[in-house]
Amino acid sequence: MAHEAVIEGRLTGNRLAVAAAGRWTVDHAGELERKIEALVARHRGAAAGVDIDMAKVERLDTFGAWLLERLVRGFSGTGKEARVVGLPDHYRGLVEEAHAVNRRALPPVRNGALTTALAIVGRRVSDVGRDFVLIMQMLGQVTAIGLKSLVRPWSFRFTSLVHHLDRVGWRAVPIILLITLLIGAIIAQQGIFHFRRFGAEVYVVDMLGILMLREVGVLMVAIMVAGRSGSAYTAELGSMKMREEIDALRTMGFDPVEVLIMPRLGALMLAMPMLAFIGAMAALYGGGLVCWVYGGISPDVFLARLKEAISLDDFVVGIVKAPFMALMIGVVASVQGLEVKGSTESLGLKTTDSVVKSIFLVIVLDGLFAMFFAAIGM
Amino acid sequence: MVRASNEAVIKVRDLVVGFGDAKVLDGLSVDVFRGEILGFVGASGAGKSVLLRTIIGLLPRRSGTIEVFGLDRNATSEAEREGMERRWGVLFQQGALFSSLTVRQNVQFPMREYLKLSSRLIDEIALAKLEMVGLSPDVGDKYPAELSGGMTKRVALARALALDPEIVFLDEPTSGLDPIGAGEFDDLIRTLQRTLGLTVFMVTHDLDSLHTVCDRIAVMADGKVITAGPIPAMLASEHPWVKAYFRGKRSRVAAATAAQNIG
Repeated sequence: MAHEAVIEGRLTGNRLAVAAAGRWTVDHAGELERKIEALVARHRGAAAGVDIDMAKVERLDTFGAWLLERLVRGFSGTGKEARVVGLPDHYRGLVEEAHAVNRRALPPVRNGALTTALAIVGRRVSDVGRDFVLIMQMLGQVTAIGLKSLVRPWSFRFTSLVHHLDRVGWRAVPIILLITLLIGAIIAQQGIFHFRRFGAEVYVVDMLGILMLREVGVLMVAIMVAGRSGSAYTAELGSMKMREEIDALRTMGFDPVEVLIMPRLGALMLAMPMLAFIGAMAALYGGGLVCWVYGGISPDVFLARLKEAISLDDFVVGIVKAPFMALMIGVVASVQGLEVKGSTESLGLKTTDSVVKSIFLVIVLDGLFAMFFAAIGM
Repeated sequence: MVRASNEAVIKVRDLVVGFGDAKVLDGLSVDVFRGEILGFVGASGAGKSVLLRTIIGLLPRRSGTIEVFGLDRNATSEAEREGMERRWGVLFQQGALFSSLTVRQNVQFPMREYLKLSSRLIDEIALAKLEMVGLSPDVGDKYPAELSGGMTKRVALARALALDPEIVFLDEPTSGLDPIGAGEFDDLIRTLQRTLGLTVFMVTHDLDSLHTVCDRIAVMADGKVITAGPIPAMLASEHPWVKAYFRGKRSRVAAATAAQNIG
């Protein structure tokens, strides 16, 4: 092939004559590297000096120039003389450029597997602590601003609140209805299927009522809200952070927590109890349908049984948790949003973090509430 | 000055590009010769970036032909087009560095994708390129978000040069840089163009760049190239926009400093 990169070495006495030809370009850099390595390895011991004749090289680019430099350094590095002859003038600048670079060796990064593993664990633990502090900070800021707007209600951004209420509340209704309806139906079906063995189908209504009103209804809604609205909050705030919109707000004398986060949090805390209520009703409706169709419990019986099984307490226990869960989701989403750094990758990372952490914290919160309500006998 | 040959590496004929009802480029023709630095100027919104993006294939055209390296973009096979894209590098206005990769990985990315080279060689070449654009090797381990504007441009240039292209497209290379940084960047482009024998297609507003580095200047208006030629020709032109641009108040200072540098 005419377009190959060619390099040949001939040893005369203790002087090595290297003849280079062809195209020393990026496309041939791979084979050229191997040839040069072989040449240096073979003659390094015997040759006291080397002359590299570049006259027949048709084309040279950065890759070729660097490999030539490597060949030269391969000999000159061991105290031998290396000369480049016959280099076409228009390539001189390029070769000089290659001669000047990569002079400083980079300090090798030395990391044992154990050190790395320990470093990762350490960083994670410190991150957990940092997250806790950030969440507490945000809670404090939000409380302060909330108190301030109690004194001066006109400073609260109601228009923004309504806008966000529409987004996280009203527009979430269809999907919440659908999913809680299905979950109610599935739980009723499973209950009937297993209770039937004891002839206790009718107790499905008790289970459904208590479970949906007290725990599962509000928890399901919280998880969906975290996935649907919490992630959106993080992504929005994160993009604003990336595009310096938040810095712009700050320089104009606005507090981003007051302008951006308060209305979002408020909307979420208003929407969650409503969504939890709608969700619980849809779950009971779905469960009731399955009881009727699959379990043979007529709607009259279902309603009468439900009335006996549940009390106002069950309803209150469920609905009271909703705004606190909303606060948790909103605060975590905002904290993560403001934590976004310049890169697109960090935006994705923080959005994931936001959903995972808020769901985890919602469940922890639910557990704390369960202990609290058990203690006060509700 | 490197003598530009008469071989046109980019040949655009009667190009029409539009969005909806509006035609941004309307019958544009231009030649870019091998080894020259061609600067494109024009009012904001005149379609300079659109032309650049159309030539590199990011925007569709309505009619007309674009030949790069003597190949018509529309009549090429997939393999030919890939070969064509390997022979040019693009510096986007905002750098367009991959934010999830380090600087070194950014520069290495095209090499890793296109070439079968040992990772030692790839590392060495990437560091060499970074040094050639005037960055110290320690920058290699930083992420794009940690870089200043000038450094971002330099890294983007190093990435554009990763495969030793024959043509580089520069979209406002000096915008957002301070005058000293912009001047250094101009010198860098000049030096690299000389050592690597590049053809440079540059969209710019920087009068200093036009005076100091461009061999020829093409002026765009109304979707066409209205005039093209070296600086003296621009200064002699009687076209109202060209006159306002090159003989305006801001331009006289640039011309004076450029004349001083030459003299």
